[in-house]
Amino acid sequence: MKILVVEDDRDAAAYVQKALREEGHVVDQAFDGLDGYALAREGSYDVLIVDRMLPKLDGLSLVRSLREQDVHTPVLFLSALGQVDDRVKGLRAGGDDYLTKPYAFSELLARIEVLARRRGVGPAREETVYQVGDLELDRLSRRVTRAGQTLDLQPREFRLLEYMMRHAGQVVTRTMLLENVWDYHFDPQTNVIDVHVSRLRGKIDKGFDRPLLQTVRGAGYVIRDGAR
Amino acid sequence: MTALGKLVRTTAFRLTLAYALLFAVISAGVLGYVAWNGRQLVEQGMRETVDAEVNGLIDQFRAGGIRRLVATVEQRTRRPGSSLYLVTTFVGEALAGNVARLPTSVLTSAGENPDTPYERLDDPDDVTHHAYVRVFLLPGGFRLVVGRDLGELNGLGQAVKRAFLLALAMLTALGLIGGFFVARRVLARIDSMTESANAIMAGALTTRLPLAGSNDELDRLAASLNAMLDRIGDLLAGLKEVSDNIAHDLKTPLTRLRSGAEEALRLAKNPQDYRQALERTIEESDKLISVFNALLMIARAEGGRAAENMVQFDAAEIARSVVELYEPLAEEAGVSLSVEAPGSLQAHGNRELAGQALANLVDNALKYASREEPELPGAMAKVQVSARSNGDGTTEVSVADHGPGIPEADRERVLERFVRLEGSRTRPGFGLGLSLANAVMRLHGGSLKLEDNHPGLRATLCFPPPFAGAAR
Repeated sequence: MKILVVEDDRDAAAYVQKALREEGHVVDQAFDGLDGYALAREGSYDVLIVDRMLPKLDGLSLVRSLREQDVHTPVLFLSALGQVDDRVKGLRAGGDDYLTKPYAFSELLARIEVLARRRGVGPAREETVYQVGDLELDRLSRRVTRAGQTLDLQPREFRLLEYMMRHAGQVVTRTMLLENVWDYHFDPQTNVIDVHVSRLRGKIDKGFDRPLLQTVRGAGYVIRDGAR
Repeated sequence: MTALGKLVRTTAFRLTLAYALLFAVISAGVLGYVAWNGRQLVEQGMRETVDAEVNGLIDQFRAGGIRRLVATVEQRTRRPGSSLYLVTTFVGEALAGNVARLPTSVLTSAGENPDTPYERLDDPDDVTHHAYVRVFLLPGGFRLVVGRDLGELNGLGQAVKRAFLLALAMLTALGLIGGFFVARRVLARIDSMTESANAIMAGALTTRLPLAGSNDELDRLAASLNAMLDRIGDLLAGLKEVSDNIAHDLKTPLTRLRSGAEEALRLAKNPQDYRQALERTIEESDKLISVFNALLMIARAEGGRAAENMVQFDAAEIARSVVELYEPLAEEAGVSLSVEAPGSLQAHGNRELAGQALANLVDNALKYASREEPELPGAMAKVQVSARSNGDGTTEVSVADHGPGIPEADRERVLERFVRLEGSRTRPGFGLGLSLANAVMRLHGGSLKLEDNHPGLRATLCFPPPFAGAAR
């Protein structure tokens, strides 16, 4: 993936660049809003990581200008401001996701991978049936089967599984699940999400020899067909 | 600035001066009017006297000719304080009278001359006086001049002028002295207030401004400032307590973090051990970060900056979704978590924050409800979440448990940051949940109510009617 990091804090930028390169991504850097804007317009990036507070041109204006210029590269905002309305402002300006500093690198990585993938799959190509191994989820009939057996899921469990299967093979973090399945953006302080996931795991993996839903320590969860 | 300069610059002094000036102008006006009127009166009298004399003398002339006139004039000039008289021939030669010399222009024409210079016969120094004179032509070319000296009249003017100058001098002096004393008194009190303020700034935070006890405007100002200082003092004390608590409560996890790392350095034998230690370190620091996030969130909610994001949201949906979120956790903890909410319940506010406030209450209720002994053996601990709308437009979402509850005396205190009641220290958490819920409700213009659930705690989020909330 080709990623542009627009961040004026050089230490933080260097850390992100190094970590992303270790993950096999190509990373460019810009240290102020104007450079970031120029690079983002010309380069064909898969994802932009943009700090809210930037010299010369702030992050919100940068993204707003890009969107006006018909540049629709997915944008993840980074911000030290962690309030709900900041998040809303960021998304309104054309951002696709929002992460508050300090963040775990695994969280950043999980989010940009989901963002980049979303770009490839337009709404038109949204599939109606997700499949991972022998697990199948039909979004229209809302039926879930594993190896032909119908699984009985609660509505929320269905949405949880739907989200994870849409991003099959990608790590999804607890906060991503809370945001996308429950539409809440706070830190629940307790392991509520883990309990939901382990319940879901009990329903889809119990009794099958190949577990599909796996825990990624220190990051979150991933659903994938391990044999593949 | 010199002391005098300071005095002169006071408002009190300047006001006094301005008043003194105003009074001077008014008294000048009054005196001037009186003087002018008096002069008019005196002049009128003079004219009448002269008229009467002229008529009398003409009568004498008609009765006995020039001789009789001369005799009468001579007789009259001998009286003390007499008028001025002069009788001349047609060439201007004096026949009788007490006037030594008159300007010839006056003599040649008949009529009134209001201000004529002349010299007196009985005056040895040839001093020029001024007089009001009337000239009368008699048959045979004789001229009769009758007049009154103006000295008297001018004396009156002088007296008025002297009186005015004296009054002015006294007014100015009194004004200056009065202003000086008033200003010095005000200045003394202001100086003592300034001194107290300086003392407070220098660190004597308990010092208060002195009160004179007169309940005048300066006293009232000082009292208001003192009340303000008290309020600031309370806030500072609160702030200090919070920062002390922060320092104390964050020291514990930091110590744990450090000792974990140290232990790993000492005991770890292979990369696997190091890896585990590092992962634990990350977990611990994530907890610390989430504490700081919660603190920031409370601060921002208290600062009232999320107000712009207030929208209509469904309180019933929040109650249901939060319960749904926590339901598996409750089941794991052996608590029955139920919700009672109508289909839809419109409230005004921020769904995110309201959801988080409710999540905190549910989280607390689960923590405390689950580990107490159930009242009946075998019965499950219960937590009931209910949302309802009151007749007055307010919306309430409450969380009720049958746990240990919060003693009435502590209900105010538990809303503060990091306050955890005795006995809850062993349970996970940092004592921020209720503070955050409270800050969120204050931001909404509502409140967080803590009540006795007989037994247990009933915590209620009260949202104000939509428009009261929107007005904030």
